[in-house]
Amino acid sequence: MADLILDIRNLKIEATAYPPGEPPQDIVIVDGVSLTLEKGKVLGLIGESGAGKSTIGLSAMSYGRGGVRLTGGEVRLGGQEIRAAGPRALRAIRGDRVTYVAQSAAAAFNPAKRLMDQVIETSLQHGLSTRAEAEKRAVMLFAKLGLPNPESFGNRYPHQVSGGQLQRAMTAMALCPKPDLVIFDEPTTALDVTTQIDVLAAIKEAIRDTGVAALYITHDLAVVAQVSDDILVLRHGKMVEKGSADQIINAPREAYTKALVSVRQIEHPAKPATSPVVLSVDHVTARYRGTHFDVLKDVTVELRQGQTLAVVGESGSGKSTLARVITGLLPPRSGRIRFDGRDLTPAFANRTRDDLRELQMIYQMADVAMNPRHTVGTIIGRPLEFYFGLKGEGKRRRVQELLDEIEMGKGFIDRYPAELSGGQKQRVCIARALAAKPKLIICDEVTSALDPLVADGILKLLLNLQKVEGVAYLFITHDLATVKAIADSIAVMYRGEVVRYGTKTEVLAPPFDDYTDLLLSSVPEMRLGWLEEVIAHRRMEAAGN
Amino acid sequence: MHPVLKLVTQRVALGILLLLAVSVLIFAGTQILPGDVAQAILGQQATPQALANLRAQMGLNQPAYIRYFQWLFGVLHGDLGKSLANGQDIATEIGGRLANTLFLAGVSAAIIAPLSVLLGLVSALYEGRWPDKVLSAITLATVSLPEFLLGYILMFFLAVEYPIAPSVSTVFDSMSFWEKLHAVTLPVMVLVLVSVGHTMRMTRAAILNVMQSAYIETAELKGLRPFRIIWRHAFPNAISPIVNVLMVDLAYLVVGVVVTEVVFVYPGMGQYLVDHVAKRDVPVVQAVGLIFAAVYIGLNVVADVVSILANPRLRHPK
Repeated sequence: MADLILDIRNLKIEATAYPPGEPPQDIVIVDGVSLTLEKGKVLGLIGESGAGKSTIGLSAMSYGRGGVRLTGGEVRLGGQEIRAAGPRALRAIRGDRVTYVAQSAAAAFNPAKRLMDQVIETSLQHGLSTRAEAEKRAVMLFAKLGLPNPESFGNRYPHQVSGGQLQRAMTAMALCPKPDLVIFDEPTTALDVTTQIDVLAAIKEAIRDTGVAALYITHDLAVVAQVSDDILVLRHGKMVEKGSADQIINAPREAYTKALVSVRQIEHPAKPATSPVVLSVDHVTARYRGTHFDVLKDVTVELRQGQTLAVVGESGSGKSTLARVITGLLPPRSGRIRFDGRDLTPAFANRTRDDLRELQMIYQMADVAMNPRHTVGTIIGRPLEFYFGLKGEGKRRRVQELLDEIEMGKGFIDRYPAELSGGQKQRVCIARALAAKPKLIICDEVTSALDPLVADGILKLLLNLQKVEGVAYLFITHDLATVKAIADSIAVMYRGEVVRYGTKTEVLAPPFDDYTDLLLSSVPEMRLGWLEEVIAHRRMEAAGN
Repeated sequence: MHPVLKLVTQRVALGILLLLAVSVLIFAGTQILPGDVAQAILGQQATPQALANLRAQMGLNQPAYIRYFQWLFGVLHGDLGKSLANGQDIATEIGGRLANTLFLAGVSAAIIAPLSVLLGLVSALYEGRWPDKVLSAITLATVSLPEFLLGYILMFFLAVEYPIAPSVSTVFDSMSFWEKLHAVTLPVMVLVLVSVGHTMRMTRAAILNVMQSAYIETAELKGLRPFRIIWRHAFPNAISPIVNVLMVDLAYLVVGVVVTEVVFVYPGMGQYLVDHVAKRDVPVVQAVGLIFAAVYIGLNVVADVVSILANPRLRHPK
């Protein structure tokens, strides 16, 4: 077949692990993976973290990150075997016939060089075109990808443009040398949903117009369904299921694929607003020291005992600042915070021990929220000791009870954080917060760093614990699916203001304000053709105005 | 005002302020030395009357702060005072020696700066392989050897056994540039050998640090040649730490080369300072101390300014 761009057969990828105190050992990261990709087609690689999807993607350039080695099978690029090719041959392929779009364009661009120089560098270094031709093509690509002022956009430095623009610029950089194949490695994962949809549409259009083949790597099945012709589902470095996008989404065969498709469908009817108010934030305005604008503007919300208030917004909307104000890390400029019927002192250093105990927090990065040199028992035991004076056997018994509550059971109490999975680490953080017997837990993006299935488990656990303990959650997130799953009431934040606030049913029912409408309609849905519908709809509305 | 201009002005102003503070320290330091200048000039057998006369004549019975401002006023007008040892004008006497020192330092710096950065880049390129290890071993050895030993070793091989350069590096005003250059061959070699290791190692470490960045992976995935990746993508982001170490090395070339000057009988500032310290010639010590401090502070201001200019976020604000 003349149009076969990429043909990977029975690929095996290994790395060397260095467990402390033991001899180094080889571990298999990817095993027995085969795939083919034709000209103009898009193949989606999907799986959770550790599934080997990025590793497989980079194998199409015969590149191993860190100490990763491609040890078996074949990687054929347009008929040429490249797995065992030498450095000179690989340099000729990389950037010329195969290009790469990284997850974080902000980190993948060199901060010291202008965007244009970086975008056309490959074309010049590989002798593909003259500087004038390459710059012309780059400007054409900037325009196609919807970047502002395409003629002068390239004169800027990476720090001078936004995250969404950088991601598009990276796509332009990948398409500039007219490659046969582009590898997109989670290109929209780090973006806000409203930005993601534009970048996604721009990438899809650019792929279609240039006729390039693409590998699209993501953990989000709803995203990959919008751009792919075929989808390959991976788990633990092995293939689970391969099929057309239509078949994978609408008629998955394997149990694991079915679980991925049905993820984020937790049903949670909103509770009636009858219980007493535990937290009320009253006309709070706040700004950071040394700045000249308010990050929170006149914010007023309430949270009832045993219920969940979801605070939703994009990066920079002020939702984490709200958490900092409530916990007393950032005293507000004006307004007050009432907690359990009493006024809270603005700065946490002046609060009573009971105020501190009854208001706990769980963070996005469970990894860095725990001391890596403490055992699980010490981590959970610390609040027991600090607030309740528990020691020795009594403390250990209570820690075990808490571990049972977070469904981790025996055998974890003497382990270190490094020996736990991402989901388990977050569970330990939940147990630590629960240990203080709080009335309110602030959850700051607690599921954002987790794989969808693991995140689902955490959300279910949080809902169960709420039923048993009667604790209230202030749940900060950018993810609307999470909001639907867990909230009783919702506050939508935009540029420091609460633009929409009420019970879940009220907030999620039309008529919407402009921003909430944009936010809701930007969340990818698990069906084919969703992206086109939304874009077409928005164009119509824009034309109507 | 452009933020870079503002930052640079701040740095320069701070440098001047620092230099003033150092001048106070130098003046105070020489004041608390036991004995006084009049005693030093007239010797132990001087009569009290003679001492008092001389003190009055030199203005030594005025309060210290007045003398400080008189001294500072003089310095700002190019008058560094007169040497106690021979009554010569210090500015004229230092002039030629400072030129010699700057010549030696300049020639050494012209070799050290590019060489150490280049060797650092090569080390980073071959990290952990034999070129890296050989360079590391050699530079570590030369940095560790004392200058006088290195000087005599070079003298033995390159002036005695295979005479390609003179063992005595004394230069005169009548010599041409090339004759001077030939005369300082050996001291320059010593200075290069003892200094090149610092900047080379910092270059290597700074580059390897930058090589962990995601944008280096981007460059690799563009199929660029390894040296281009290091030179065009890593180096521009590693300039700041490299320049800082380089400037400390360059400052050493001006203020710390006394041993090398003595070994090669080179008429520079270091030797001049040591001679006059031995004679307790306070005005000379003050003058030379101030010049050395100015060189040190000046070079560090240069390092700061280069660091500021190397930062694209400051150079091109949003």
